[in-house]
Amino acid sequence: MATLDDLKKRIASVKSTQKITKAMKMVAAAKLRRAQENAEKGRPYSEKMNNIILNLSNGISDKENAPKLLSGTGEEKIHLCIVLTSDRGLCGGFNTNIIKKAKAYFQKISDEGKTLKIITVGSKGYDQLKRDYENNIIEKISFKDSKTINYLDAEKVGKMIIESFEKKEFDVCTIFYNKFKNVITQIPQEQQIIPLKTSEAEKNSSEDNYEFEPDEDEILSNLLPKNISTQIFKAMLENSASEQGSRMSAMDNATRNAGEMVDKLTIEYNRSRQAAITKELIEIISGAESL
Amino acid sequence: MSEEFKLEIVNPEQSFLLKEDVTEVVIPAFEGEMGILKDHISIISFLKPGMIKIFSKSGEENYYVEDGIVEFKNNNLSVLTSSIFDVKKVDKNKIDKMLKQAEEYSAKSEITDQNKYLVDQKIDILKTLN
Repeated sequence: MATLDDLKKRIASVKSTQKITKAMKMVAAAKLRRAQENAEKGRPYSEKMNNIILNLSNGISDKENAPKLLSGTGEEKIHLCIVLTSDRGLCGGFNTNIIKKAKAYFQKISDEGKTLKIITVGSKGYDQLKRDYENNIIEKISFKDSKTINYLDAEKVGKMIIESFEKKEFDVCTIFYNKFKNVITQIPQEQQIIPLKTSEAEKNSSEDNYEFEPDEDEILSNLLPKNISTQIFKAMLENSASEQGSRMSAMDNATRNAGEMVDKLTIEYNRSRQAAITKELIEIISGAESL
Repeated sequence: MSEEFKLEIVNPEQSFLLKEDVTEVVIPAFEGEMGILKDHISIISFLKPGMIKIFSKSGEENYYVEDGIVEFKNNNLSVLTSSIFDVKKVDKNKIDKMLKQAEEYSAKSEITDQNKYLVDQKIDILKTLN
């Protein structure tokens, strides 16, 4: 059985762990608020961008010659997957959920006999994927150095994707990220960005008659690469809010568990202290009796 | 009747500027500068490096942009751009740095004609700012 001293040490150590998790929770809460604000601020841009693109793609007269980023290459052989994860751990199931979703998709792709290429953004995703998909990962990107999510980072990824698309290195591009619903719930998402899905186009009234300068095709081919960066940026914003939310609830749980453990250990400590006292008393009394 | 319309400039990161009382906006559209007044026809266009001039009751404002998309509809003008700053507030060092980068880029041999044109525009504008 553990001695009194051991128990005391364990209580102290659990308490200090609790302090750390509590502090992490506070930090995550503060960061979450900022991340949420950023996500909100970034929303108008991507919404407007989406609207304009929908208007444009509705207006395009001959679909045959539409830009490849919109219509696709006509084949579906090589799939590029961009997996967005965090750079730091201790955030509950955040990364695991994205990876799970991504792996299910990877499985589907390889079952269909198609080629798979992966780009990981964030070091945690790479760590989890390298065991099974080492050969498929063509690039790993990490933004550990930038303190906040900024558009330049997203643009770098976007440009890379477009360059490789122009070299015909893939046909379909999908991104994986966590959508922030609330602090406890983050939903892993897969979103196809090349070719662009315009399923929402129906509900948008295509009645607006725009004048285009220069013509639609040229605007569209200028706009679509930007849209890729915007979509990635949006995903990054959502992801960072999700990461903080997930970390916050994970640390909240950890703090609570540590509290329970301290209670349990304290009871055990008190019991064994009492037992030791009783034992000593019995010894003294029985010693006195025998005289 | 009022001659005012609404202008909104958005960054990827945030809403940059929102004004309800602009009377005229001059934007550097790809095929030349374009002045927009109230009740302009709906239009979509994109920008080349240049100055956005905003005229409103409170005076004139100038912003430098590098690229972006413009949409005008129902007297709402939206400008989407990833690079914009107020001419009055920016420091000279930053402009110098941008100018230098642009000149280096322009000097490269593998640059396409369209990019060359855009970069030269950028250099011209930046020079006027200095």
